[in-house]
Amino acid sequence: MAEVLVYVDHVDGAVRKPTLELLTLARRIGEPVAVALGNGAADTAAALAEHGAVKVLTHEAAEYADYLVVPKVDALQAAVEAVSPAAVLVPSSAEGKEIAARLALRLGSGVITDAVDLEAGDEGPVATQSVFAAAFTTKSRVSKGTPVITVKPNSAAVEPAAAAGAVEALSVTFSAQATGTKVTARTPRESTGRPELTEAAIVVSGGRGVNGAENFAIIEALADSLGAAVGASRAAVDAGWYPHTNQVGQTGKSVSPQLYIASGISGAIQHRAGMQTSKTIVAINKDAEAPIFDLVDYGVVGDLFDVVPQLTEEVKSRKG
Amino acid sequence: MSLRIVVTVKYVPDATGDRHFADDLTVDRDDVDGLLSELDEYAVEQALQISENSDDDVEITVLTVGPEDAKDALRKALSMGADKAIHVEDDDLHGTDAIGTSLVLAKAIEKAGYDLVVSGMASTDGTMGVVPALLAERLGVPQVTLLSEVSVEGGTVKGRRDGDTATEQLEASLPAVVSVTDQSGEARYPSFKGIMAAKKKPVESWDLSDLDIDEDEVGLENAWTAVDSAAERPARTAGTIVKDEGEGGKQLAEFLAGQKFI
Ligand SMILES: Cc1cc2nc3c(=O)[nH]c(=O)nc-3n(C[C@H](O)[C@H](O)[C@H](O)COP(=O)(O)OP(=O)(O)OC[C@H]3O[C@@H](n4cnc5c(N)ncnc54)[C@H](O)[C@@H]3O)c2cc1C
Ligand SMILES: Cc1cc2nc3c(=O)[nH]c(=O)nc-3n(C[C@H](O)[C@H](O)[C@H](O)COP(=O)(O)OP(=O)(O)OC[C@H]3O[C@@H](n4cnc5c(N)ncnc54)[C@H](O)[C@@H]3O)c2cc1C
Repeated sequence: MAEVLVYVDHVDGAVRKPTLELLTLARRIGEPVAVALGNGAADTAAALAEHGAVKVLTHEAAEYADYLVVPKVDALQAAVEAVSPAAVLVPSSAEGKEIAARLALRLGSGVITDAVDLEAGDEGPVATQSVFAAAFTTKSRVSKGTPVITVKPNSAAVEPAAAAGAVEALSVTFSAQATGTKVTARTPRESTGRPELTEAAIVVSGGRGVNGAENFAIIEALADSLGAAVGASRAAVDAGWYPHTNQVGQTGKSVSPQLYIASGISGAIQHRAGMQTSKTIVAINKDAEAPIFDLVDYGVVGDLFDVVPQLTEEVKSRKG
Repeated sequence: MSLRIVVTVKYVPDATGDRHFADDLTVDRDDVDGLLSELDEYAVEQALQISENSDDDVEITVLTVGPEDAKDALRKALSMGADKAIHVEDDDLHGTDAIGTSLVLAKAIEKAGYDLVVSGMASTDGTMGVVPALLAERLGVPQVTLLSEVSVEGGTVKGRRDGDTATEQLEASLPAVVSVTDQSGEARYPSFKGIMAAKKKPVESWDLSDLDIDEDEVGLENAWTAVDSAAERPARTAGTIVKDEGEGGKQLAEFLAGQKFI
């Protein structure tokens, strides 16, 4: 069976969930071969093997952390040359899309970004994309070269499947461009202890209606009662009430959880672009005319300062 | 010393309009108003600020690849304060994908001459966020992308990139390709004076032959990707909407319990 390269997103050897989703999707079109780079690369092998990786190609070098993007492109290119895969799958993070694009260009291939589903087709893998703020669903293919496709988080349920996961060292020669952009400092994001926004099964978001940084405690309390991640609209972020890393929407994170709860958010097109593919959508807004209500499965027209704390109490008491 | 900045700007259908696809599955541009992608306004703004903070002579050229109406996007950028504009327009460009677009942009940037390319973080229609990286790859220069802060001094560009797991400080030598996010600082509104001045600024038009690009390297037929179908997402079935009469939170909890979320 054809091999499919899967780029592994990991933090010091801890594999992030979108990569496990990619392994599940990769099995629909071939045998997954994972590529793990940088510090802790080999430590990813066990988790990758449990999720279907027949092989794990690893390479550790300081360049991956010290320079932007290009060293990873060099390594993926080396992996493609070693394996001749039927496709290359990369998680749709900002960096993942840049890696995928540069790789595709080098391979003379096309690139598809932000696929939300993937299936085998007669002319190679068929990607589903959700475009124009999720108003349209398209099906596309790469028509030249080795398909390079990035896939959004939460696009597939992770299915474990044991495979050999044999670790092999990848041989990489860095290009002249590899050291072009130096990373002179790095400040890791502080963990809040809450789930990762893009990976969370439930997201609780607040907008301009939350009316102040301190009031976000109400949103956080609801999130914690549900084990959810916290999101925010751009209006709330621009006002300085919540960090930009939590922004949901076109220029923030795009989320696709089982449940999305929007409080004090009107539902502007750019916000919808980042959450419209959520499975169940709930909104609390005091304006019955707010466009967010066009999207909801359940909406409460009311003051979030009354509704959200009551909901939190009720969730807590039901969960015991 | 002089610094030549090329800002790439895209002409896109208004996101608040009714965007849809034409029969050939490319973006229908006839039914929706177009405009300068809002995220490229941030690129123009940062180019202007780099110029204002520089002791060098700075020349800012705005560049677009797009249909005739794309001139509107160039005019907007010129009225914000850019010095001149280049419009790459050719019927054979219809349907070009990201790999093809980056080819045309890269050739035009090389022909124009540059020390720094400034792009937006993503277009508001394709939203791929890949063109700046593709330009860096094609031009063989560093990519310093997704910056929320950017500065240029003595032939070095520095910036801050707020990533998924960390914030990074980046640095590269010019020439380089930069892209800026909407966190980089609000874009200015064109002044009346700026709008009047823009009318007199030069707009060059180039076609594929000016860039030594063969017609079989671009366009829908020659794209590296193919769209097989596009379907409007079915309208969501109308949800239940209740008015809070004091029990709204409890009713919502009941709904969530019914859906097995609690
Ligand atoms: C290029 C571009 C990119 C953008 N990217 C993003 C993005 O990524 N994410 C994003 O969110 N936006 C984005 N925006 C901004 C977007 O257009 C909206 O301005 C923004 O989403 C509005 O945020 P909001 O809904 O919180 O605020 P508003 O639109 O002001 O809505 C606030 C809502 O809260 C309700 N409310 C007020 N008080 C209460 C109360 N006590 N109880 C209940 N309800 C209350 C009001 O009725 C109102 O509906 C972008 C815009 C542009 C141009
Ligand atoms: C809904 C949709 C989905 C698409 N999906 C794909 C796909 O999966 N694969 C693919 O190859 N193509 C795709 N395309 C085509 C692609 O959008 C265009 O080829 C486009 O010009 C490049 O990608 P982008 O607009 O997403 O740009 P991005 O990479 O998001 O744009 C980043 C920056 O590049 C610059 N830029 C981009 N285009 C231009 C331009 N024409 N003129 C000047 N500057 C520009 C701007 O500075 C912009 O801010 C898609 C188009 C649409 C409308």
